[in-house]
Amino acid sequence: MAVAKFEIHYHQFLKPDGTLKQDLTKELRDPKRLIEWYRLMTLLRVFDTKAINLQRVGKLGTYPGVLGQEAVGVAIGQAMHKDDVLVPYYRDQGIQFQRGVDFSQILQYWGGDERGSDFNQAEDFPTCVPIANQNVIAAGVASAIQYRNEKRGVVTSIGEGGTSEGDFYEALNAAGAWKLPLVFVINNNQWAISVPTELQTHSQTFAQKAIAAGFEGEQVDGNDIIAVYERVRLALDKARTGGGPTLIEAITYRLCDHTTADDANRYRSKEALEKAWTLEPLIRLRHYLTSEKLWDAKKEEACLQDCRKIVDEEVNIYLNRPMAPITDIIDYMYAQCPENLKEQRQTLLQFGADILGSDHHG
Amino acid sequence: MAKITLVEAVTQALAYEMAHDEDVILLGEDIGLNGGVFRATEGLQARFGERRVRDTPLAESMIAGLTIGMAAQGLKPVAEFQFMGFIYPAFDNILNHAARLRNRTRGRLHCPAVFRAPFGGGIHAPEHHSESTEALFAHIPGLQVVIPSSPARAYGLLLAAIRSPDPVIFLEPKRIYRLVKQEVPDDGKALPLQKAFVLREGSDVSLISWGASMHETLQAAEALAKENIQAEVIDVATVKPLDLATILNSVNKTGRVVIVHEAARFGGIGAEIAAEIAEKSLLSLLAPIQRVTGYDTTMPYFKLEKLYLPSVARIVHAVKTTLEFA
Repeated sequence: MAVAKFEIHYHQFLKPDGTLKQDLTKELRDPKRLIEWYRLMTLLRVFDTKAINLQRVGKLGTYPGVLGQEAVGVAIGQAMHKDDVLVPYYRDQGIQFQRGVDFSQILQYWGGDERGSDFNQAEDFPTCVPIANQNVIAAGVASAIQYRNEKRGVVTSIGEGGTSEGDFYEALNAAGAWKLPLVFVINNNQWAISVPTELQTHSQTFAQKAIAAGFEGEQVDGNDIIAVYERVRLALDKARTGGGPTLIEAITYRLCDHTTADDANRYRSKEALEKAWTLEPLIRLRHYLTSEKLWDAKKEEACLQDCRKIVDEEVNIYLNRPMAPITDIIDYMYAQCPENLKEQRQTLLQFGADILGSDHHG
Repeated sequence: MAKITLVEAVTQALAYEMAHDEDVILLGEDIGLNGGVFRATEGLQARFGERRVRDTPLAESMIAGLTIGMAAQGLKPVAEFQFMGFIYPAFDNILNHAARLRNRTRGRLHCPAVFRAPFGGGIHAPEHHSESTEALFAHIPGLQVVIPSSPARAYGLLLAAIRSPDPVIFLEPKRIYRLVKQEVPDDGKALPLQKAFVLREGSDVSLISWGASMHETLQAAEALAKENIQAEVIDVATVKPLDLATILNSVNKTGRVVIVHEAARFGGIGAEIAAEIAEKSLLSLLAPIQRVTGYDTTMPYFKLEKLYLPSVARIVHAVKTTLEFA
């Protein structure tokens, strides 16, 4: 006797060749919006390429690329309302830059400067490096929103490797038990550094991990920005209106290294990479836009030029921002500086400037 | 006014602050209808409702994450961990996020949260229920670690902890949860954090302790007084950050120091206090600093746990060692 059964659905609008798998609603068909999404993905890719170059010439620290995963980030950023809250993992530049975090601040964060997380979107959490902590914290943010009866949603993300962490399951369980206004997005890019999905879990899908927590999980083609947008939009609507949490597994592919400190050639075959390039998100939307006579080579070139200009300006801001005052490392530890830390502050003032030497302009 | 125990003072402080601040909410395992395994939240769910006194699923890391997320949203969550022995899954989120949130966002977000946990030995509890690991938390920059040792201080310090804009690890010495009763006016007056309390004045030796060991330390001072040795007794109360001024004032007066704590000796808070005294008041010392602590062993199961706890005899012996030095 079966006492429980479940289905996991896969959602796709745009096939890899840029033709439609199903008709678009009027809202999704809006050419202006589709062109804007394409522009944002292009902007993200231009930024990402630039960031990696900056790291290669010693002007940025270790940086996690997003090549191939642009649709997931841009779609989430587009689906979120300004007063929703993002509790991201560490590969969410694609969401952040649409939510009041300047590219220069993203660079600042990965460039080793805490001020990169002092950004305009007042309630969003900063990048989370430890794996899966962001999910339980997001459950707390969602609990506060629920406690105050606000009609807002929370989005938290994670890589598919992170789903092996206890915090991921603990967050799913809490979200289900408390019916929290929370959307989990698994960015299934096939790789947890060097570990492929089949070594991560014996589960048929990552989406079904929500089932045990008592709410819906679904898969979406993570290279299809229209599908990701639509599924996240619906999940957020549901969250904001008391419908509880949703888990979305966005299936994509990490076309870059894990970070600039990684070399994927050690574990990823050339054939797999070549195949993945045929599925990537920009080209399929470009195919679609072209087939609809909304895009051409001239527009592409103009778009690229425009994106490069924006990114160059942001890089300039990043490179020319004065260093923070050296006492910043102490002054933000507590609302009020404890006595013993005041003493250490004196030591810092005495020796700090000399240690930084000519690198320090603050 | 009725006299209340330390655990009742915790309840009284929680109730006062909840009644006066809608942002204060409680979460933890079995804290609702059951009132917590030590009854620290007794009656609070009936009074304030399930929205504000929330039984959580059984997962400590999740409790910490929920607490941090709520605090970042401007609520003032007070999380209960059933025993300190079970707080370690939460350590990850406490140290990686609660302690760092203000600094890593340069003040954009902060974490006004309290993480409560009963701790320490002496109540015949099962394995993993009796350790004192306050030093683990005190070591983490960004945290405050507060340990009350009387009903009045439990009330005043917990109010201060809830009102603090930065995270507080509030450790409750469960051995003295119900040991003494005291009149504690429910006046909403907080005691200062970062302040040690001089419980007894004396000129011959400074006894420095906190938590449940305060009880034996005071008894030792009593015994010494009968031998005409006047001990000054200090309850450190906030072990991070330390109120060194009060400690050094006393040391400069007495010249002799005995530090008493139940936690293991190596790397304990006693070592930090001794080092600070050595750095700042070495020349006022008339004898080497003595520490009376738990042993650097696993906490014994309850048949032998008394061996581990600093006893009155060990404290008196340490005091005499400092007096006999010169």
